[in-house]
Amino acid sequence: MSMKKWNITTPLDGKTIEKLKAGDQVLITGTIYSARDAAHKRMVEALDKGEELPFVIRNQIIYYMGPAPARPGWSIGPAGPTTSGRMDSYAPRLMAEGLKGMIGKGNRNQSVKDAMKKYRAVYFAAIGGAGALIAKSIKKAEVIAYEDLGAEAIRVLQVENFPATVINDIYGGDLYEQGREKYGTSAVS
Amino acid sequence: MRTIETKEIVEAVSRLSQEANFFLPEDVLDALKQACIAEISPIGRQTLNQIIENAILAKEEQIAICQDCGTIVIYLEVGQDVHISGGDLYAAINEGVRQGYANGYLRKSMVRQPFSSRINTRDNTPAIIHTDIVPGDRLKIIVMPKGGGSENMSRLFMLAPSDGRKGIIDAVIRAVDEAGSNPCPPVIVGVGIGGTAEKAMGLAKQALLRNIGEPNPDAEVNALEKELLKRVNALGIGPQGFGGKITALAVHIETFPTHIASMPLAVNLQCHVARHKEIVL
Repeated sequence: MSMKKWNITTPLDGKTIEKLKAGDQVLITGTIYSARDAAHKRMVEALDKGEELPFVIRNQIIYYMGPAPARPGWSIGPAGPTTSGRMDSYAPRLMAEGLKGMIGKGNRNQSVKDAMKKYRAVYFAAIGGAGALIAKSIKKAEVIAYEDLGAEAIRVLQVENFPATVINDIYGGDLYEQGREKYGTSAVS
Repeated sequence: MRTIETKEIVEAVSRLSQEANFFLPEDVLDALKQACIAEISPIGRQTLNQIIENAILAKEEQIAICQDCGTIVIYLEVGQDVHISGGDLYAAINEGVRQGYANGYLRKSMVRQPFSSRINTRDNTPAIIHTDIVPGDRLKIIVMPKGGGSENMSRLFMLAPSDGRKGIIDAVIRAVDEAGSNPCPPVIVGVGIGGTAEKAMGLAKQALLRNIGEPNPDAEVNALEKELLKRVNALGIGPQGFGGKITALAVHIETFPTHIASMPLAVNLQCHVARHKEIVL
């Protein structure tokens, strides 16, 4: 299990993607985009109709997140990850368009893992249920598409040292599997 | 006969909705601190520390612990000698939710039509309300914001009586194993055994309201709770699924008599943000 620490910036370049291994911890600085269920449905419907996506997706990171409203003095409300598996049916299509990183929590299915190898993309986990803490690393947030979806609208986020852990790398490494292998025991009484 | 005004109920639900979302109960915080000592995985300990730090920050800033401020589940215990005055009781509860979620900067996560248009109701209503009529002249209100990620991992098994204790263990382990990292471990495993299908699921959810680690008063049931906790924590899923010994903080089981043909088993998982607040009016 790799456990290196990296400071990385967006957009993600090939060198960065190549060095990241399952189990590594990263601090992300730069621009990322938030989108969850309803926004993914609309993005893929747009692609199906031959329309443009609402932002240039090449080499970017999507964060599966719908924030709470911001209190005065905060740039965003609590903003932790949602369960990524619900985006599995859309993710390979977006990777084919150039998406290089996804941040969420929870397992991905085999077709997403295969697409990550094929298109050279990385899946990170942020800590689910730590939305208040994570909000501190988001310095600016602005809705850029699908405003009618409220919390589910697409936002552009300026992040500084956003903490995340590499779950799936481009080599087939999977921290969720490695963790179970290391700490799981069949011998129970 | 005692009269309670709906105005009081609106205010109580509004306040409890906010407090539940800002302030993690002390027993949960204590359990997380204990878990941090018991966890052997370095990334697991680091994760637990961040979860604790998050809860402290939310309390200080009076912001939501988690952006998923949940479906509001309400348990009402209505004394049979109580008279509710000033309008519809359930409308008052929903008005309390509406005000609490607006004033507390809480995320509104309810959509009206579940399988097609899915338009957000924009005020987090309607609440899911469970009502019990009990002796006395008091009204108890429990407010439980329940996150979607852990709720999605719920399972119902209509087991055969011959499956017995082993069948229960196998099914609970299967439910937690398949849920993996999705329900934001460390979790609390709520288990309902007996009754009918909907009764078992109700028991599983109510089991989550118990103080963490408080044993079921029945020794045989408590022995099963202990065994299940040991087995769940042998899965190696760990905090957030990153690997470790602490997958669950507790297993709570509630039981109920059942039909001669049946052994319903329900599993309702609760993420580490185990929120609930109550008041007696």
